[in-house]
Amino acid sequence: MRRILYLTQAEVLHIVRDRILLAQVLIVPVVQLLILSNAATFEIHNTPIHIVDLDRTVVSRGLVSHLAANGHFRIVEATPSADRGDEGMSRGNVSMVVVIPRDFEASLVRTGVGRVQLLVNAEKGSAAGIVQSYAAQVLNQYANELASGRRPLYQALGDSMRWGPPSSGPLEVRVRPRYNETQNYKHYMVPGILVGLMTIIGTLLSAQNIAREKELGTLEQLNVTPITRGQFIIAKLLPFWVLGLVELSLGLVVGVLVFGIPVRGSVPLLYGVAAIYLTVALGIGLWISSLVETQQQAMFVTFFIVIIYLLMSGLFTPIDSMAPWVRSVTEVNPVRHFVTISRAILMKGAGPAEIAQPFLILAVSALGILTVAVRQYRKSAS
Amino acid sequence: MTSLRGLIHKEWLHIRRDRRTAAVLVALPVVQVLLFGYAIRTDVDDVRLAVVDPAPDSATIALRNRFASAGVFRNVAVVRRTEELEPLFGSGVAQQAIVFYPGFAQDLGQGVPAKLLIITDATEPNTASLLQSYAQAVVDGYVRSLPASHARPAPAPRIVPQVRMRFNPTHESSNLFVPGLIAFVLTIISSLMTAISLTREKETGTMEALLVSPLRPWEIIVGKVTPYLAIGFVSVVAVLIEARLVFHVPLRGSVVLLLFEGGLYILVSLAFGILISARTSSQRLAMMGTLLATMLPNVLLSGFIFPVESMPRALQLLAYAIPGRWFVTIARGIMLKGVGLEYLWPQTLFLASIAAVLLTASVRSFNERLE
Repeated sequence: MRRILYLTQAEVLHIVRDRILLAQVLIVPVVQLLILSNAATFEIHNTPIHIVDLDRTVVSRGLVSHLAANGHFRIVEATPSADRGDEGMSRGNVSMVVVIPRDFEASLVRTGVGRVQLLVNAEKGSAAGIVQSYAAQVLNQYANELASGRRPLYQALGDSMRWGPPSSGPLEVRVRPRYNETQNYKHYMVPGILVGLMTIIGTLLSAQNIAREKELGTLEQLNVTPITRGQFIIAKLLPFWVLGLVELSLGLVVGVLVFGIPVRGSVPLLYGVAAIYLTVALGIGLWISSLVETQQQAMFVTFFIVIIYLLMSGLFTPIDSMAPWVRSVTEVNPVRHFVTISRAILMKGAGPAEIAQPFLILAVSALGILTVAVRQYRKSAS
Repeated sequence: MTSLRGLIHKEWLHIRRDRRTAAVLVALPVVQVLLFGYAIRTDVDDVRLAVVDPAPDSATIALRNRFASAGVFRNVAVVRRTEELEPLFGSGVAQQAIVFYPGFAQDLGQGVPAKLLIITDATEPNTASLLQSYAQAVVDGYVRSLPASHARPAPAPRIVPQVRMRFNPTHESSNLFVPGLIAFVLTIISSLMTAISLTREKETGTMEALLVSPLRPWEIIVGKVTPYLAIGFVSVVAVLIEARLVFHVPLRGSVVLLLFEGGLYILVSLAFGILISARTSSQRLAMMGTLLATMLPNVLLSGFIFPVESMPRALQLLAYAIPGRWFVTIARGIMLKGVGLEYLWPQTLFLASIAAVLLTASVRSFNERLE
């Protein structure tokens, strides 16, 4: 026990003395959390649109002002012909062109159906689908307002509109978004990015640590001491394990105070899972360091493993959207499971029962990776 | 000039002797694009739907069948009480639920509005709004199919959007993400390559020898960069062929222009790697710094996954400094839109300026070391 303590003490001193490293480990992630959480959003505000109003009637102008007033769109230009819109789209500064055909009002009055052309720039990532559905919402809303006659325009047009009095439809549909009622993307991203940062720091530091001792030759010295493999590994990992939990706490404080993320579930439960998860992340680092000879190699291997882990964790894009075979591959990705758990606990208030399955996978991974890493690490000179 | 050629030759010999590393450098981008091309998607085509139907009747069954035959919904659970939804949502078994109330068919028959509740797991708002509009479309279709006695007395006005998805009509995720992936993977590979070549010189002490040689700092950098530029270029070609053959990403614009821009982008990434490794003293700091500075910002600020337009103003300005952002726009422009320099010159100019700044800065930092 005392051996572990001494070695841990040495390790802590190393970390604390290296001020720049400490700053990198504690401050950079917080800064990244602050900045990057703002970047990771599909939310649509002020999407630039181009209007081509060929109808130029009261009804078409009403539609244009509805599009302008709703907050999702910003009309950059309105021209009487579609060419300019096309050009803006090629240039990339217009996300959607709305074309209102010449007979829009007439057709709406005569047949009750008015057609509007939406040209969406689908190059703009998955935002294209959202832009389209927002536009459809505005159209629907406007149609309903016309029907209910709340708009003075309707009264003005009087009898030319043959629509009956407002009547309730056969269905009364209510829609309720759960867990993220305000549809705030940051509430979704912060719990995930937190996990990402813990993973990067944890895996990288532990991978580098032992590789560094190898390079400096101090590992040989440790190997000739009476310390056992298990003791050595515990002593090495303990400081980083604590550092990881400190990181989580910092991130949570920032998340709650700055981004107002909800904490619906139990915080001790989150820490419990994080403790297990960190052993997995650190264990992977340890395993890498036992495979390589130099810090540089450790770095490259970690780099690639971490990138694959992060991009295939559901942190940025949903697991459900991935190709089926990739989805099965992600089952062995610990980051995926902790991202799921972190979001479930913080946003959904999930308890032990709901997170049992991913937690079990994490626990098994922790055991597995530690066993492998301890076996791999040999107290030999070679 | 001969000395410069000598240095390039030396570097080339290093690469040729270490075939395994060279193979890894070319193969890794190909493998990563393959893997991520299947992983980085945002299509929603498999919705796990739960149904709460306390008193099944003909109408609820009919609507449920409509959901089942819509193609995107997969029924995971049918329960009787709303309370039973809680664990389904909590564990993520269900993403969306439709809740009927007793007497659904009866209400419909009597012309009383029948109640229906659609609950969506909105933890991820983007998917949630898509799910909501899918469900809404199914319900709308059902309402329209009802016999006239159920429907409104007079037809309500409808404004029907005719949507055309320009540049990516099938809304294929890989068309959007593969050009972005190319940028992402190339950055990492390129900074890695220069890191290898420079730190090796430092480790073996031969950097000092290079510095006292008659080679000028810019010659050292050119000598270092040229062979890796060639390898990077091979990666670009390999990845483009892969994008074409495996993911069927269209290439509507000029191949020559795309290759030129790819070369320019690799130059930027290489210069960035050189600058970082020349500036830092300890390997540990350099590596941590590079990793933190490149990995997440490149995913998040380049517009590769999240559109730059959605970001707050300040971050949009910050994204100006991210070379990946320009290359993503250029690659998508050439591949998906088929546009040329007449539209892409501002982005190209940005990329070229960043390259110039980084190269100058790395030459400078070499100068300082000489004194």
